[in-house]
Amino acid sequence: MGKTQKILGFLALLLFIIGSVVGLFIVRADAAMGDVQRLMYVHVPAAWLAMLAFFIVFIMSVLYLVQRNPRWDLIAASSAEVGVLFTALTLALGSLWGKPTWGVWWTWEPRLTTTAVMLMIYIGYLAVRSFADDPDKRARWSAIVGIVGFIDVPIVYLSVYWWRTLHQPPSSPRSVAPEILFALLLNLLAFTVVYVYLLMRRYRLAVNERELERIVAHHTRQISHD
Amino acid sequence: MSEFLRRTRAIVWKDLLIEVRTKQSFTAMAFFAALVLFIFSFAMGADVRLLQATGGGLIWIGIAFTGILSLSRTYQSEELAGGLEGLRILPGEQRAIYIGKLMGNLALLLTLELFLFPIAGILFQLELWRVAAPLAGVALLGTLGFSIIGTFYAALAVHVRARELMLPLLLFPALVPVLLGAVNATTLILTGDPDGAMSSWIRLLVAFDVIFLVVCTWIFPLVLEE
Repeated sequence: MGKTQKILGFLALLLFIIGSVVGLFIVRADAAMGDVQRLMYVHVPAAWLAMLAFFIVFIMSVLYLVQRNPRWDLIAASSAEVGVLFTALTLALGSLWGKPTWGVWWTWEPRLTTTAVMLMIYIGYLAVRSFADDPDKRARWSAIVGIVGFIDVPIVYLSVYWWRTLHQPPSSPRSVAPEILFALLLNLLAFTVVYVYLLMRRYRLAVNERELERIVAHHTRQISHD
Repeated sequence: MSEFLRRTRAIVWKDLLIEVRTKQSFTAMAFFAALVLFIFSFAMGADVRLLQATGGGLIWIGIAFTGILSLSRTYQSEELAGGLEGLRILPGEQRAIYIGKLMGNLALLLTLELFLFPIAGILFQLELWRVAAPLAGVALLGTLGFSIIGTFYAALAVHVRARELMLPLLLFPALVPVLLGAVNATTLILTGDPDGAMSSWIRLLVAFDVIFLVVCTWIFPLVLEE
């Protein structure tokens, strides 16, 4: 585990540096938008990772409720935390891009609004975890929130989409220059490896936290017995 | 099936009987709802046209705020004397508890809306009587969606620390589709629907209600588990 993690961490760093250098200096800037467009190389991968992370939360939540193995719960929790981080990053980067492009920091664009609602749903997920004391109940309740929340996200998107029909559809890969696409895919790969690395680190930490919690509970019981 | 219905009816009957005999909470909630609408008028200014244009939204925010108060009480009355514990250990289908509580909440909120809508009509100078039938339909669909998710998350939040904070934190992000659907449908009824957008919102509300009624009923026993 330790060695795999080190190699993965090194790989994540390396890919991230290469991806950033390619995105920042090697690929030509977009003719219409200029250098601002380069934000896409981090914004799109961050958004993709947020989705992936919450999908993992959903799968792990279902697995936990079926098998009741604490491991699935800890992976779900770790993935939710990383997902919230990347969702917040997506919003911040989108805002930075929106100001020079649209002239505003925030607009009620469907994908943007849905991302914000998604952030709130998973902050709720983390809040349930931090407010529940018993590890088994915490796992069960947060798994339920992880499932209901995930089912809700597409419905939220649909509702916001109808509310603001002034959307721009995401560009399909065919309308993008090959080198831009290459830089984007490279960064997608780099971010995904970063995600897997962060998930592993967070999972290890979660296992230790749970062990600590168990020991403290055990000793508290013993002291109260004496 | 008749067993299921009998259980559901027993729960609804019990809760409504408590409500009718004590009355206090309903009176206080109706007053609170009126107060919320009143305060909105201060926030929006005395411009009648502005109040008329935003009336649909103000009414639904009023319902949501008042509804949250009623929801957090759903299981608190049970908790005091270990009532939920008793319901849980009864042999048989636990989903009947959820459906019963849901029906009770729905009945309470719809009764409340019988007061809330006329008050909004008077304060915001809306012609409600003319459109009473479609308005009642939208109120039913919206309130049902609110109660489905609300009754479900209230059962979860009742065991968590800081539950008064936890319930809205979980509920409001999840309710975005219901709020958007209900607010837009209500506004279209009040101000006219030249583009025929009404059917989209009704479909959204129906879809939300059906999907989450199935999901929440299905996994409710997991919430109740000890």
